Amino acid sequence: MAGYKGSNINPKKFERGQIKIIILLLPLAIFMGIPIVFIVCHAFKPIDELFAFPPQILVHKPTLENFSKLFKASQSADIPMSRYVFNSIIVTAVVVIASIFMSTMAGYALSKLKFKGKNTILEVNNMALMFVAVAVMIPRYLIIDMLGIKDTYLAHILPLLAMPVGLFLVKQFIDQIPDALIEAAYIDGASDFKIYRKIILPLIKPAISTTVILAFQQVWTNVESSNLYINNESMKTLAFYLNTLSNANNTVAGQGIQAAGILIQFIPNLLIFLILRKSFMNTMAHSGIK
Amino acid sequence: MALRKRTKIAKREQSNSSAYWFMAPYVLMFLTFIIIPMVVAIGLSFTSFNTIQMPTFKGFLNYINLLTADDVFMQKVLPNTVIYALIVGPGGYVLSFIVAWGLSQLTSVPRTILTIIFYSPSMTGATAMTVLWRIIFSGDQMGYVNNWLMKLGIIDEPILWLVDSRYLLPIMIIVALWSSMGVGFLAMLAGILNSDEEIYEAAAIDGVKNRFQEVIYITIPTMKPQMLFGAVMAIVGAFQNGAIGVQLSGSNPTPNYAGQLIVNHIEDYGFIRYEMGYAAAVSVVLLLMVWVFSKLFGKLFREK
Repeated sequence: MAGYKGSNINPKKFERGQIKIIILLLPLAIFMGIPIVFIVCHAFKPIDELFAFPPQILVHKPTLENFSKLFKASQSADIPMSRYVFNSIIVTAVVVIASIFMSTMAGYALSKLKFKGKNTILEVNNMALMFVAVAVMIPRYLIIDMLGIKDTYLAHILPLLAMPVGLFLVKQFIDQIPDALIEAAYIDGASDFKIYRKIILPLIKPAISTTVILAFQQVWTNVESSNLYINNESMKTLAFYLNTLSNANNTVAGQGIQAAGILIQFIPNLLIFLILRKSFMNTMAHSGIK
Repeated sequence: MALRKRTKIAKREQSNSSAYWFMAPYVLMFLTFIIIPMVVAIGLSFTSFNTIQMPTFKGFLNYINLLTADDVFMQKVLPNTVIYALIVGPGGYVLSFIVAWGLSQLTSVPRTILTIIFYSPSMTGATAMTVLWRIIFSGDQMGYVNNWLMKLGIIDEPILWLVDSRYLLPIMIIVALWSSMGVGFLAMLAGILNSDEEIYEAAAIDGVKNRFQEVIYITIPTMKPQMLFGAVMAIVGAFQNGAIGVQLSGSNPTPNYAGQLIVNHIEDYGFIRYEMGYAAAVSVVLLLMVWVFSKLFGKLFREK
C-alpha cells in the first residue's frame, strides 16, 4: 500500500516531487517569458545597443531615450500623443464601468428573477460565447454607419458593451448566492433594485473584478473600431496610434520607440490583472459550461 | 399578514416585471452588435453588394462561387485555416491544461509567479505582439532567430522568415500558441485548485497509483464544466487571432497566400475589393466553422 498518497493539489509545503513539475514547466515558462523580457529591455535600450551586432536581448545601459522620442515623434505630427491617450482613457473607462452594470444587472435577472424568455436569452448567450467578432465586421460597420455614430466615441464604446463571456461568468457567480437571502430581503420590503444594490453588488465583488479585467483587455487593445469606424484622426485611440508606429517605422531605430509604446500599453493591463487576480481566480472556480 | 407575504413571494415566483429593466441594456446592445450583425451577414451572403448601390439578391451564388470558383479559398485559405485552427485550438488547449495542472501541484508563491508569466502574453494585445515577433524573426542577420541559428551553425545565410511562404504559417502557429493561455487557462487552473480533496483521498485508497491516473480518472471528470469553457475559449481565440499573418508579413494578401486565413479573406473581399456580399458569405462559413469545432469539443466532454 505504500507509495502514492494521492492529492498533491495546492500543497502547503515544498516537496521533492514538485521539482519534476518545475523542470517540466520551466522551458515553457522561458518560451512564454522571454518575449516579455525582451520588449521591456528593448524599450530601454540606447541607440547603439539597438544597432549592436550580434543582437542582444538584455539591456546594458538603460535609458529613457525611446520614451522621450515616442512623445517627440507625436509632437511633430498633427495630433499629439496625449490626445490618443485621452481618447483611450475615456473609451476604456466608459466601457469598463458600463459593462460592469450591464453584466451584473443582466446576471442578477437571469440568475434570481423569473420572467418570460429567460431560458431563451440564457441559451442564446451561451451560444454567443462562440461569437467571433471579426466575422461580423462588415455588418457592424453598416449598423454603425446607419446609427450615424461614425467618428464619435460611441463607435468605440457601443460594440464592446455586450460581453457574452462576462455575463456568463457573472451569472454563474450569482447562482452561488442562496435564494433564501434574497427572499428574506424581499419579505422585509426591499425592491428588486434595492436587492441588487444592497445585496447582490456587495456580494459579487469577485465577479465584478472579472468583468473589469475582461472588459479592460478588450477595449484597451482594440484597434478595430479606430480602423473601421473612425476617419477623424483626432478621435482614434492609443492602441491604434501604436499600431501605426509599428507599420511606419519598421527600422532598427524605430524598434526602440515601438517597444516603448508596447510597454506603455502592456503595463496598465498587467497592473489591473495583478491587483484583481485573487478575485478573478475566485470567480473562475465557479465558472464552466454545464 | 403572513398570507400577504406568501402571495407576494408567489407572485414574484411567476414573473417579475422589473426583470425586464435589468435585462434591457444588455439585451439591447447584444441584439444591436451581436445578433443583428449575424443576421445581416447571413442576409447579405445571398446578395451582391458593393456598398454604393442597393444589394441585389443572388441566391446561393456566393456560396457556389466560394466552393467552386475561388481557387485561393479552396487551395490556400481553407487548408491554412484548418491546419492553423487544428493545431492552435486543441494544441493550445492541451498545453493550457497541462500547464494548469502542473501549476496546481506547486506551492502558492512559485505558482503565482508562473501563472503571471504564462498569462502575460495574452495580455499584450494582438497588434503589440506582432511588432515584437517581427523584430525577433527579422529577415536579415540582425534578426534574433537568424543570428542564433547562424551562431549554432544550423543555417549559413539569414532566412526571410516572414516573407518566405514556407515559414509564415508555422511562425503564425508559434505566435498563436504563445498567446493561447488566456481566460480558459485561468478557468482550468481555478477549477483544479477548487476540487475537493476528499475525492482524491478516496481515489488513492481505491487504488489510483500515480499522478497520471489521478488526472485521467479524477481531475478531468470533476472539472468538466471548466474544461468545456476552456475548450470554447481556445477555439474562439484561435479564430479571433487569425489576422496575425497579415500583420506579421505586413501585406494583405500575405506572400503567396501562405498565411492567408479565413479572417483575412473576409477583409480582402470586404474592405479591399468592396464585394460585401461575397465577404459576408465567407463570414457565415467562419461562424459555422467555429460552431462545428465547439460542438465537437462539447460532445467529447459531455458523453464521457
